[in-house]
Amino acid sequence: MPSIRLVNVTKKFGGITAIKKLSLTINDCEYVCVLGPSGSGKTTLLRLIAGIIKPDEGEIYINNKLVNDVPPQERNVAYVPQYYALFPHLTVIDNVAFGPLSRGLRREEAYKVGMHMLEMTRLAWRAESLPYELSGGMQQRLALARGLACGAKILLLDEPLGALDARLRVELRFRLREIAKENGLTVIHVTHDQEEAIVVADRLIVLRGGEIQQEGPPSQVYNEPKNIFVAHFVGGANFFEGFIAETDPHGSWVQLRNGFILRVNETRWKVGEKIVIMIREEKTEIIKGIKRREDINLLPGTIKEASFLGDFVIYGILLDNGDNVNSKMPTLLGIGKFKIGERVYVRLRTEYLRAYPYPPQGLYQELKVM
Amino acid sequence: MRRQRAIASENVRLRLIRKIDDFSAKNLVKCAVYASSIIFFFTLILIPPIAGILENIGKLKTIYYDPSLLTSANLAIINSFTMAFTVATLDLIAALPLAWFIVRSKMKIVNFIDVLVDIPFLIPTAALGYSSLLFWSSQDGISRIFGMETLIPPGFALVLLLHFAFSYPVIVRVMVGELLTYREVYEVAARTLGAQPFTAVRTITLPLLKPGIIVSFLLAFARSLSETGATVIAAGNFENGPVFIFKNIDKVGEGALVYVSSVLILASTIIFFLIKLLAPSLKFPIKRAFPSIERKLSSYEVVKFRDGATILVFLIIVVAPSLFIALPVLSALLDGTVNEMVAGSELWNVFWRSMLISYAVGSISTLMNVVFGLPAAVLIARRKLGRATSIFKALVSIPIIVPSIALGVSLKFFWGKYGFIPEFWVIVFSHTTITYTYFVESMSAAIEGIPVEMEDVAGTLGAKPFTIFRRITLPLTKYAVFSGAILVFTRALGETGAAKAVVRTKEFQTLPVLLVDWIINKRATSSQSALGIGLYIISAFLVLLALRFIIRERRR
Ligand SMILES: Nc1ncnc2c1ncn2[C@@H]1O[C@H](COP(=O)(O)OP(=O)(O)OP(=O)(O)O)[C@@H](O)[C@H]1O
Ligand SMILES: [Mg+2]
Repeated sequence: MPSIRLVNVTKKFGGITAIKKLSLTINDCEYVCVLGPSGSGKTTLLRLIAGIIKPDEGEIYINNKLVNDVPPQERNVAYVPQYYALFPHLTVIDNVAFGPLSRGLRREEAYKVGMHMLEMTRLAWRAESLPYELSGGMQQRLALARGLACGAKILLLDEPLGALDARLRVELRFRLREIAKENGLTVIHVTHDQEEAIVVADRLIVLRGGEIQQEGPPSQVYNEPKNIFVAHFVGGANFFEGFIAETDPHGSWVQLRNGFILRVNETRWKVGEKIVIMIREEKTEIIKGIKRREDINLLPGTIKEASFLGDFVIYGILLDNGDNVNSKMPTLLGIGKFKIGERVYVRLRTEYLRAYPYPPQGLYQELKVM
Repeated sequence: MRRQRAIASENVRLRLIRKIDDFSAKNLVKCAVYASSIIFFFTLILIPPIAGILENIGKLKTIYYDPSLLTSANLAIINSFTMAFTVATLDLIAALPLAWFIVRSKMKIVNFIDVLVDIPFLIPTAALGYSSLLFWSSQDGISRIFGMETLIPPGFALVLLLHFAFSYPVIVRVMVGELLTYREVYEVAARTLGAQPFTAVRTITLPLLKPGIIVSFLLAFARSLSETGATVIAAGNFENGPVFIFKNIDKVGEGALVYVSSVLILASTIIFFLIKLLAPSLKFPIKRAFPSIERKLSSYEVVKFRDGATILVFLIIVVAPSLFIALPVLSALLDGTVNEMVAGSELWNVFWRSMLISYAVGSISTLMNVVFGLPAAVLIARRKLGRATSIFKALVSIPIIVPSIALGVSLKFFWGKYGFIPEFWVIVFSHTTITYTYFVESMSAAIEGIPVEMEDVAGTLGAKPFTIFRRITLPLTKYAVFSGAILVFTRALGETGAAKAVVRTKEFQTLPVLLVDWIINKRATSSQSALGIGLYIISAFLVLLALRFIIRERRR
């Protein structure tokens, strides 16, 4: 049962705490993506699990066995570092056979295992090449093959696709997942590309400052972000500062800057509390025409910019109270629909609005991605 | 049958490797390897010279009873530093343009010049000294062109020319390396912003190259400070620290030796670390530009003139005096000296014995440095000692900062106490001491060049420390191991100062000590000296060539 469990793990480098009291369980055959900004401790987490560094506090279990003092070569965990660290003086096949040979396999057997891995990653025809002669995508696959060749069932991938161009990245991420599932591997895949993470993961873990901010299935993390940071980091979001003006049994009224009012469905707030409201970019709606009296959550503003993203367009709207809203819509529906400078209303449906307590250090600080 | 045997032998091999592997994975064993290299460093490299001086520090006062000796000792010490400083500065000015030329010029002649630069490296300094002496001072040399007996007599000027020549390649080599890794984009960017080429170089390139400039300056400085054999030959009445010790080692009391050695060791260490600390804060004048002057300085004519002058200085002051020795060697080959050598005589018997000793000393100290230096290099490169690593690194650099003859004097005192250690081994130990830094520093730089990740990953793939070292670290640094070893070997082979200081009996004179003795005490005819020097150069050259050949082969 290749499972991984961390209990209250802390790792410090001098004055920096890279991992802070982190607890985590990863099950057999799970494909987990760890998502976080630069410096959030993603690499450190992998290096701890691989045994390259030791935790200052806490325990790490692999297959329910405490491994704090087990050296890397005994852990049977395949670690693929960010830039692969392929051995430059060894040929492709020698690279792959390195693991089996090191584990004491006979030369013949080791190369047989190696060849098998190369076939699986479709590199067999380049067996005699040196790593630098391979393309970026091939190098990535070689790193994978080398990691798998020593028979490890746990695979740790540090930004496996980070060095590749956009097109290849998209192609290879599915292949990665496929290989993992075919071979019954337990995978931790580190990335700071939220789209990649959402697409490949069974489970998403969002890391910040060495602490887990949220974990769960990608759809859950996306739709129900636990805090402002997660909302901001996973997917595009709009934020509004405000305070609770009035509450009733079905919801609350929130006063934004310069007297704008929004209705939210939440009842957990007290009058006067300072909060932040979040709505996903694609869940906003732009409306031309006149406001009727009974309409709520319909805010006037001016189109300031339009960005074309290919399959989507994003309109930037400056609300009359000074707040900004981004509205994302499929190109098919949205392109050319609004002109810069055009007067519009933005509809923010109550069911899409989420409220969070105002962060003590300010909104800007909270959203900062280091 | 055959197959079975092959399998059986692989089994044995595998079992052996696994044994060593398991062994190497034990923390105790790891610690023992590193500890032994640290112990080696302290007991054989660092402590002996310090202890040697400290134990004899009491003898210092005897020099105050002899004011004239004290005066000349002080003068010699001051001369050492003045000379080193002047030489390093002049070399920097003269060699930087050549490094520039080698890297940037597209002319064919560059390849040729690039090869010539290494000549003063390949010729042992004592031989270089003799060559310079003949070139500048003898009537067979350049003096003849001017119709003079001697153009530049032995003394300050000749030593200056000599030191200039042998420190020159150090700066060129370091700076060529720096310039090759320097990314020209910055300079290009500056020029697209309107800076004259000269301005761009002055304000962008040079400041970025400052670390390299400081390193090369310090290397040239240390080389000039330390050189003994050649300096003695060229010195005449001029005395710097090493010459003073060389001349007086058998004559004056130990007080004067302790005095000069300890002051040289202390002062050179202090000055070295001071320059290292302070030089980085020296600023190039980058806040101003002088467009009209600098445009002129960037003009085609000025650049051509600069290149021409640089190459001329290089050819006349560096190459010619170094190669001049070929002429007397050739004539010695033709005038019957060879027959006399072949016939054999007391003189030549001594010569061959010295050569044997030199090579034995060189090989053994190289071997010792490789075996004990490798773990030390790993310790430094991987910062395994934590904060203490920087201190260890600084300590390791001391042996090449300090004039080797001063080290030799203190080693002589230290090992002298242990009368039971055969003289040969004392000589081996002292050569090991003065060359230790070369191997460890070049090796740790090479190991630093391998990403740590490479080793980490090998570990997660199941490799134990010994296998990681055997299959990853060593193959990737093999070239550095060999070239580090060659550096140590040639250094040991060419060392005069330390060898002279520790040798007690004539039988154990190394080749450079013997040859310097022949030359300055006129124990051999000039033909014999030339032949001896020629054989010394040629043998060293052949060994180098053979080693290089082995490396090339292995590298494939
Ligand atoms: N060996 C080390 N020595 C000192 N500090 C370290 C070391 N390794 C990591 N850190 C620090 O720990 C923190 C987390 O680093 P880590 O490499 O895990 O981040 P990351 O999430 O992988 O970032 P990136 O996305 O940039 O790779 C950073 O502040 C980093 O500076
Ligand atoms: Mg990282």
